[in-house]
Amino acid sequence: MLLMKKMAVLKSHGLFDIVLEMRGGASLSLTSLTAHELSELLDKRELSSKELTVAHLERIGSVDDKVKAFTTLTAEHALLQAEEIDKKRVHGEKLSPLAGIPMALKDNMCTRGIRTTCSSKILEDFVPPYDATVTEKLNSAGTVLLGKCNMDEFAMGSSTENSGFFATRNPHDLNAVPGGSSGGSAAAVAAQEAVFALGSDTGGSIRLPASFCGVVGLKPTYGCVSRYGLIAYASSLDQIGPLTRDMTDCALVMSAIAGHDPKDSTSAPMDIPDYSKYLVNNVKGMKIGLPKEYFGAGIDPQVLAYLQQAIGKLEEMGAICEEVSLPHTMYALPAYYIIAPAEASSNLARYDGVQYGLRVEAEDIVSMYCKTRSQGFGDEVKRRIMLGTYALSSGYYDAYYMKALKVRTLVKRDFDHVFENYDCLLTPTSPTVAFNHGEKADDPLTMYLSDICTIPVNLAGIPSLSLPFGQVNGRPVGLQLIGKAFDEGTLLRVGYSLEQSTNLTKPLPALKGGSRA
Amino acid sequence: MKISKQDVEHVAVLSRLELSENEKENYTETLNSILEYMELLNRVDTSDVEPTAHVLPLINIFREDKPHEPLDRKMALANAPDEEDGCFKVPRIV
Repeated sequence: MLLMKKMAVLKSHGLFDIVLEMRGGASLSLTSLTAHELSELLDKRELSSKELTVAHLERIGSVDDKVKAFTTLTAEHALLQAEEIDKKRVHGEKLSPLAGIPMALKDNMCTRGIRTTCSSKILEDFVPPYDATVTEKLNSAGTVLLGKCNMDEFAMGSSTENSGFFATRNPHDLNAVPGGSSGGSAAAVAAQEAVFALGSDTGGSIRLPASFCGVVGLKPTYGCVSRYGLIAYASSLDQIGPLTRDMTDCALVMSAIAGHDPKDSTSAPMDIPDYSKYLVNNVKGMKIGLPKEYFGAGIDPQVLAYLQQAIGKLEEMGAICEEVSLPHTMYALPAYYIIAPAEASSNLARYDGVQYGLRVEAEDIVSMYCKTRSQGFGDEVKRRIMLGTYALSSGYYDAYYMKALKVRTLVKRDFDHVFENYDCLLTPTSPTVAFNHGEKADDPLTMYLSDICTIPVNLAGIPSLSLPFGQVNGRPVGLQLIGKAFDEGTLLRVGYSLEQSTNLTKPLPALKGGSRA
Repeated sequence: MKISKQDVEHVAVLSRLELSENEKENYTETLNSILEYMELLNRVDTSDVEPTAHVLPLINIFREDKPHEPLDRKMALANAPDEEDGCFKVPRIV
């Protein structure tokens, strides 16, 4: 019904009016619709994928100099893909629900023939000779790739300020960071530059930007989505997932990208569920744990107030919300910042100027390695390589790396223990809303602490979702739902129920605020 | 001090990184504050705890020993900074 009303408005203004003023100055346009709404219009032939793609490219043209979400635009490629899908639709071919939908990929997912930089100078001119499995899956679902999204270099960061090229801005307030490391992906979806995007999450890199930018972000269970063709940061923690405008789109994208992949030996043997079947507006009798460690000191009182409102809503709908404890929570962050850099120091050893990427010439090969890596990697990447190398080096391995792996076991056990009695957990995604550009840039440890609520989940390998829920001074608040391994369904169901019961889950971006640096 | 400037220099060599004086100072300072924070872990008794390197119970992922379509040589070399006779070319090693 709402969609029909929206469409009537759109049509009365002509399909290509990019921004229509309504609802007290808020903007509504083709680019503000969700994938499932657009899919309906495409199916009814009220809209072609080419028209939709053009609308998004125009939107990018008008806002991306402010937001800076993209490292590479693939306009021509997008128009060709859109035309192809339009032809298939005309011929009556059976198409997936995402066919013809314009989307964007984080720039650490390989795209055959399209530059993939990881936002690093060391891969500035790298053109992959193959597609990542997620790229291939979205191609075969008929989606349209608009471009590649900016990120913290090699996914190391929480603000997208560590990109080797430029910082991305938060569409809700250009003075604020979009979160990281998938900041470009989240900002593109929030700024209506793409209908949805994929991000990757090693310690919160989908959920933190989803929270800061007011979109839905899901980190699936480890092994649920293939990592083949994802440029590795920390292989035992990395996982690809969707950033979308609502829960229904989240389920649609998950259905398109999940599943076992023989090309990824850490991929879980599983059938691909139809995630849409979990979109049920009913939480009656569900037991939701509220881990007290996430509600302690440091949480912004206004963020806490929204959380309490969400808890109230869930109880009203018949869920049982109770305090629980995850006693090792405070040890997750230091353990993570040993394990992830240790894995990174090994994964990033491949950037040596031999097979691909930057080479800085030198007389002998070791000098070539050193000069290439020193000029190609940014400050934070070098810091983490050194931290990881140190933690793995002779004499320190047991004190740091082995200790961290043991603490990881304890963090995982905490979750196993509460999930014996609870269906899922509710926490803030971040104790505060988005911080200002430059605010934490000079102090790595303070920046690391931004991920305090998201990191434990990666160590345990379990799924977790961030859902927008209200705004503080124009900056979105994110709720985090944490579930049992392979139980994304419960998270979708709780998220969907919250979404249906309030109007707090779809904040509109202002694209305003301050001067651009 | 958890880590000295000499340690940073040593770790840089292991990491194949060449650091400027400024970088050495900066990394000595920031790595120290990070490593001090890691001290928190020593409060946890892990004497009877097994390490977790990986969360999934996956072992020995095999596939049939059948050749697959390999990456075309030209494609494999397309991103090479330098090549000769179908091989990656690097500075003299010996």
